[in-house]
Amino acid sequence: MTRPADAPPAEPEFARFGRPARWVHGLVGVLVLVCIATAAVLYNSSLQVLVGHRRAVELVHVWAGWALPVPLLAGLLSAGYRAELRRLDRFTRHDWRWLRSRTRRDGRIPVGKFNAGQKLNGSLSAGAIAVLLLSGAFMQATDLAPLAWRTGATLMHDWFALALGLLVLGHLSFALRDPIAMRSLRTGTVPRRWARHEHPAWAEELEDR
Amino acid sequence: MPADQRDPAAGTPVGRRVFLGLLGLGTLGIVTGTALQDGLSAALAPVQTRDPTGLVSLLPLGNTFRYYSVTGAVDEQDAGDYRLTVGGLVQQPGRFTLADLAAMPQTELVRDFQCVTGWRVPDVRWAGVRLSHLIDLAGADDRATAVRFTSFDGTYTESLTLEQARRDDVLVALQMLDGPVTHDHGGPVRLFVAPMYGYKSLKWLSGIELTRDVEPGYWEDRRYSVDAWVGSSNGRADDPTG
Repeated sequence: MTRPADAPPAEPEFARFGRPARWVHGLVGVLVLVCIATAAVLYNSSLQVLVGHRRAVELVHVWAGWALPVPLLAGLLSAGYRAELRRLDRFTRHDWRWLRSRTRRDGRIPVGKFNAGQKLNGSLSAGAIAVLLLSGAFMQATDLAPLAWRTGATLMHDWFALALGLLVLGHLSFALRDPIAMRSLRTGTVPRRWARHEHPAWAEELEDR
Repeated sequence: MPADQRDPAAGTPVGRRVFLGLLGLGTLGIVTGTALQDGLSAALAPVQTRDPTGLVSLLPLGNTFRYYSVTGAVDEQDAGDYRLTVGGLVQQPGRFTLADLAAMPQTELVRDFQCVTGWRVPDVRWAGVRLSHLIDLAGADDRATAVRFTSFDGTYTESLTLEQARRDDVLVALQMLDGPVTHDHGGPVRLFVAPMYGYKSLKWLSGIELTRDVEPGYWEDRRYSVDAWVGSSNGRADDPTG
């Protein structure tokens, strides 16, 4: 029996996302994709002709929509999740520079746990989801609001859905280009080297501890 | 490395402002949206009708038909195979081919088509046989007070009172938008109930049955009005189309 060759020393990993944040991300992701898929069937004539079952598709869409805030709000019970939200909320002067810069990824602008693009995506998505919930409520409660508001709610629902769809597309395209970032949404950790390269200020913060 | 990227309290709460700003914008849009919608639809309509790529029609706006179906994919019915049955409380049940229907007196109507979900297509040209003509051919029994419609999609049903069904602006439509009614629009033959919301204009019509009472149809079982007059039902106030 020969001993297997020693495995190369594992590269140290940093904890990036805790369990609550990963669960919220996963549940919200699934619900958003269900909402988008059903919305496409309800809106696109060719898909509607193909799929039909308008009432069933509508029910799935409405219930997935109402379920959407549940994980987002349940996450607030976790201190770690609230800390992530605080980081997403705060913009420093470096974030503004990062947004304006054409060479933002060359490492000269310090980037913390979230870069300015991620922060912006977070707040835009949250705002769009809030408007979609509000306008969806007006569309469903046909007895509560005057017709003019329902028409307005439909218009807002349509356009904010379009906007959220674009945000999700952008989010997915950045994610698909970075397998390590995607893996960390399952395992919670990232290699130190990745952290130093993508989020150097955050890596330094962890190393100083 | 500057400390302000680490201190969680550093910087300004831009995220919260963006969130609240969007929420405010959305709320404003809900309250004032009707005027905005009319403006946008009017501005886009000329582009939408002339757009050769069809991309503009992907925008959720404008006065165009949207296709709804309550079941899975509906099998197409060949114009040659199509049959319309008229039965129930009648003296003379009937069964008609598309050619039979086309040989009957045709009536033409130009009306707006108003959907209960809000979209409205202006000035749609319809042609077909008056429903009252088919009812007269069959001879309504004295006990009949209502008409029930069935669709060859197997699920969709609708109903009218006999009085509503005898109106001049209720058609068994063979033509729509200057051509035969296409499959996606409910062809080869669909109902057109001009003064009522779109869901009363049953698609893929295959059966007309005179009944003792009004039997609520598919959408009416789902809380939509049975007497679906445009502008005075379903909690809506659109301009009447009758």
